[in-house]
Amino acid sequence: MSADAVIEAKGLTKTYGRAVAVDHISFTVGRGEIFGLLGPNGAGKTTTILMLLGLTDISGGEVSVLGFNPAREPLSVKRRVGYLPDSVGFYDQMTAADNLRYTARLIGFKKDEREKRIADAIERVGLAEAADNRVATFSRGMRQRLGLAEILMKGAQIAILDEPTTGLDPHATAELLAIIRGFKAEGVSVLLSSHLLERVQSVCDRVALFSGGRIALMGSVPDLGREILGGGYVVDIEADGAGLPERLALIPGVSGVERTGIGKMRLHADRDVRPEAAAEVVAMQGRLKYLGVQEPSLDAIYTRYFESKPDAEMAVKDGERDAA
Amino acid sequence: MQREGSAFSGLGVVVLKELSDHLTSVRMRVLEWLIVLVALAALYGAIQQIKETTAEDPFLFLRLFTTSREPLPSFVSFISFLVPLMAIGLGFDAVNAEYNRRTLSRILAQPIYRDALLFGKFLAGLITLAISLITLWLLVIGLGLLLIGIPPGAEEIARGFLFLLVTIIYAGVWLALALLFSIVFRSAATAALVTLGIWLFITFIWPVLAGAVAQIVAPPDPRYLALGLPTPATSQVEQILARLSPSTLFAETVVALLDPTTRSLGPIYLSQLQGAVLGAPLPLTESMLIAWPQTVGMIASAIVLFVIGYVTFQRQEVRA
Repeated sequence: MSADAVIEAKGLTKTYGRAVAVDHISFTVGRGEIFGLLGPNGAGKTTTILMLLGLTDISGGEVSVLGFNPAREPLSVKRRVGYLPDSVGFYDQMTAADNLRYTARLIGFKKDEREKRIADAIERVGLAEAADNRVATFSRGMRQRLGLAEILMKGAQIAILDEPTTGLDPHATAELLAIIRGFKAEGVSVLLSSHLLERVQSVCDRVALFSGGRIALMGSVPDLGREILGGGYVVDIEADGAGLPERLALIPGVSGVERTGIGKMRLHADRDVRPEAAAEVVAMQGRLKYLGVQEPSLDAIYTRYFESKPDAEMAVKDGERDAA
Repeated sequence: MQREGSAFSGLGVVVLKELSDHLTSVRMRVLEWLIVLVALAALYGAIQQIKETTAEDPFLFLRLFTTSREPLPSFVSFISFLVPLMAIGLGFDAVNAEYNRRTLSRILAQPIYRDALLFGKFLAGLITLAISLITLWLLVIGLGLLLIGIPPGAEEIARGFLFLLVTIIYAGVWLALALLFSIVFRSAATAALVTLGIWLFITFIWPVLAGAVAQIVAPPDPRYLALGLPTPATSQVEQILARLSPSTLFAETVVALLDPTTRSLGPIYLSQLQGAVLGAPLPLTESMLIAWPQTVGMIASAIVLFVIGYVTFQRQEVRA
């Protein structure tokens, strides 16, 4: 295991009888990194997470979490890893604080430490005022935040979040993603699974795109964009100035200029050419009204990848059928 | 492959949480009131009967448990009927509720093994049942003291205490069965219906069925029939089959413990009666020896059911 990696999987495989849920996947998650396991439902994301936590047997391959083997040393792994399951559940008849108290007792925190950790965690996720309310009264977003509070209370070095944004409204999603960014700021590694690619792409340092139990693509979103979409960067400009499109086309790295409206242009480039484009507008003594770059979209990457590899798409459908 | 740490890490925490849930649940309150009211009714009937018919009895106190007065059955009959209901009521949703609430994967992601969760749930259920039964037992003893006015002897107390222990074991059998079905079925309603169905079958239908099956397996001898006597081989098969039911085992154990004159729980042969003083009470140790196989049978049933549940639970996926 490399010094910087907190999770390292090599050839990880899970089979249920003859059905292969996870098929020889390999990946690493670095310290303080937010790593996304993305893909459709039934692609093998949750199964992979359960193997990392020692909650299901591993059929093949190796995995190491913080240097521990989840199959042989599950307690060591679970002491250091926080887990927010898909549609996390709590005991409805208990208050939010009591739910965390139960977990804290299972972890083995002493009373004084327990109470301090719970108060801090609940405060950080913005549930301080609802701490003594029964969880039955909580919205889905509040439950998700309480799940994150549990991970904070635990002092986890790795947070594993399974479909954390599913079913949340945009506001609750934004709040949740802000908390996840907070994890990274504190050096906590995050492994995040989701089928909602667009929602989570903004927080992920790297992603692995799952299909049919395999990792089809892995890397940072810009890297994958360049690899799959080509060009990679799309820069939108709104400016005036005679002959500007021709001047912009001469910028090194620009492969094409497209007029999208009056005074509006779109540059296709293999790098971020915004500084050069702005300089050209200024040099032409034009007025720059808008300058922006479009990040490559994971949805677009995913779609393009499977358009170019129909056999991979078949694998996805197989995976979905197996899961069903 | 050796697992790290203790399988029972976190067991105490699980037991305390589950116990608290049970003792504060509405379901438990209803069951407690039901059992107390019914037991009081049975006790009242028993005391009236004892006052009217019993002149002198060295084991008067034990009669509280076994005497009935129409139309009410005896306290023991009530207990054998209600304890399974109570145990099923506590156990039918023990595990599937964790799935349905989606709490299972979150709890098992804490540093505990499934062993602790399952055993903790069983222990908490058993402790809850034990608390209820001990309370009930003390209530009966106390009311008996007040209403009969004669203190129980040491042997009566000992026999009564053993009856309490055996009742807790009996409750454990039904709790283990309910726990097993709460693991097998994701739907709590299905688990409850199946467990109740099995209870009804074992308690009410099986004793009748055992007789019918015994007659097929070991047909009665016409010579015995001509004398109006049961055929020993048929009776033996019937008894073996009937004893597959924990209700039969419990009933036989209770008879041996609460009726000191009980000399055997099966057919008595003339050779066994040689030298015996009919109607004379047996010492407690002798009664315990008679009840021991049935008691062990109930303990074994509880263990087997729990182990089946344990193995099933270990092999299940934890995702909701």
